[in-house]
Amino acid sequence: MTPVVLFYLFAGILVFAGLMVVTVRNPVHAALFLVLAFFTSAAVWMLLEAEFLSLALVLVYVGAVMVLFLFVVMMLDVQGAPLRQGFIRYLPVGALVAGVAALELYLVVGSDRLFGSQAFPLPQRAGAAYSNTQEIGAVLYTKYVYPFEIAAVILLVAIVAAIALSLRRRGDARSQRPGDQVRVRREDRVRLVAMPAEKGE
Amino acid sequence: MGAQGMLEGLPEVLVILAKIFAITLPLLGVVAYLTFAERKIIGYMQVRLGPNRVGPRGWLQPIADALKLLTKEIILPSASSRFLFLLAPVLAIAPALAAWAVVPFADGMVLASVDAGVLYVLAMSSVGVYGVILAGWAANSRYAFLGAMRSAAQMISYEIAMGFALVGVLMAAGSLNLEKIVLAQQGGVLSWFWLPLAPLFVVYFVAGVAETNRAPFDVAEGESELVAGFHVEYSGMGFAVFFLAEYANMVLIAALTAVMFLGGWLSPFEGLPAEVLGVPVLGPVLGPGLHWLAAKTSLLLLLFLWLRATFPRYRYDQIMRLGWKVFIPVSLLWIVVLGLAITTRVAPWLD
Repeated sequence: MTPVVLFYLFAGILVFAGLMVVTVRNPVHAALFLVLAFFTSAAVWMLLEAEFLSLALVLVYVGAVMVLFLFVVMMLDVQGAPLRQGFIRYLPVGALVAGVAALELYLVVGSDRLFGSQAFPLPQRAGAAYSNTQEIGAVLYTKYVYPFEIAAVILLVAIVAAIALSLRRRGDARSQRPGDQVRVRREDRVRLVAMPAEKGE
Repeated sequence: MGAQGMLEGLPEVLVILAKIFAITLPLLGVVAYLTFAERKIIGYMQVRLGPNRVGPRGWLQPIADALKLLTKEIILPSASSRFLFLLAPVLAIAPALAAWAVVPFADGMVLASVDAGVLYVLAMSSVGVYGVILAGWAANSRYAFLGAMRSAAQMISYEIAMGFALVGVLMAAGSLNLEKIVLAQQGGVLSWFWLPLAPLFVVYFVAGVAETNRAPFDVAEGESELVAGFHVEYSGMGFAVFFLAEYANMVLIAALTAVMFLGGWLSPFEGLPAEVLGVPVLGPVLGPGLHWLAAKTSLLLLLFLWLRATFPRYRYDQIMRLGWKVFIPVSLLWIVVLGLAITTRVAPWLD
């Protein structure tokens, strides 16, 4: 199996899965095709010797993000029919947006000046001793340490903001206080009462 | 290139396939007899005999169980999503088996000694949740769906703590390669990572119990309130595959804990003189090898069974509390401690 064969295999599955995400009727099936798309793109990255990014993609997007997506989609029980309303009406606008996006992509990627084979010659295959993880770590924590830290802080702010927005303190809601539950003593709950034994008739 | 190139690579592919069989077949045997061990050991813990009718002292029980499940009818619920219903058990067991590719059994005895081994293991174990979620959704049953929801929330919560525990391991070992992690623990029992990383060891193992949906974290099955949770609609082989996946995951977590915290294949009697290691039978037993990994894994598996026989099921909110408010802060704190120990070089085992 040459890498080229594998590349076309994974790329084919990737394009197919991407198409299915936007065409299948059932939203759960769409989410699962998105999982397949992530998985195959991770495989393509693996072929590019980017094993850290590839495994991080599986770990973060397949293992966590899409699980939460599925969680929500399954709970919502979205019906297929209302989603299809007005398909014809919005078709011209959609086609226009798609056309402009495709043109922009062509202008950037298609021309030889910016991303063509002259600007980026075929990369050399690194040997078995090459560790992508080590390389990324070496630049991430030295050259790009400030952008990295700033991105981390922005994500933290987003987490705090999301919790602050969704957390509502309701006065009438009752919740358990685990600290009190742990601290409870036997004497608070059980009282042994000495009683004389009852006698029968 | 082309056909010529494919033929040249063929022997290599066959060797890899043979290695995969050499790992998978014994593993399935271990899984089968783990179910037997569980019933026997919990039986003894509860002063019963356990299965003792099939074969001498019940030793053929797993084979009888497998035959029974194989011959049972596979029932497809009429309103189920058929393809996903059949795919779910496969998605449950495939990652549990695939993760073994990077587990080192002895020095140099590993299918793929990759530099991102820990990441690969984490990625594979995070994919396993899809089997449970899809089984719950595709069956179109309320009980199964509730089980799937619980399991998804639980697995995501505990994966974070598990990931942080592994960050500690890779900081101490200085590598993501599982073989190098074992080699970094050389020097006897006290050099194994269970001691310097004691809090992470506990967090990893308990999070592993939660990840495999084992008691006391088995709310996804919850037979008392959800009948059997996510696999309530499965029968015959579908159910058997879920069962196999659960036990394969247990073996995997136990083996990984042994590799990352208990020195893997290393012998606890390290540093013995060469004369002792040269003794015909005693030497190889006391020296490092596959048998030490097997012994450590078995010990941890016994712990799995012991936990199940001892503890009642956690309440759902307490599971979440333990995962988010106890394990994640503990592991974060220990990573900071570890970072300080490494930068100031106070710990002799972290050089």
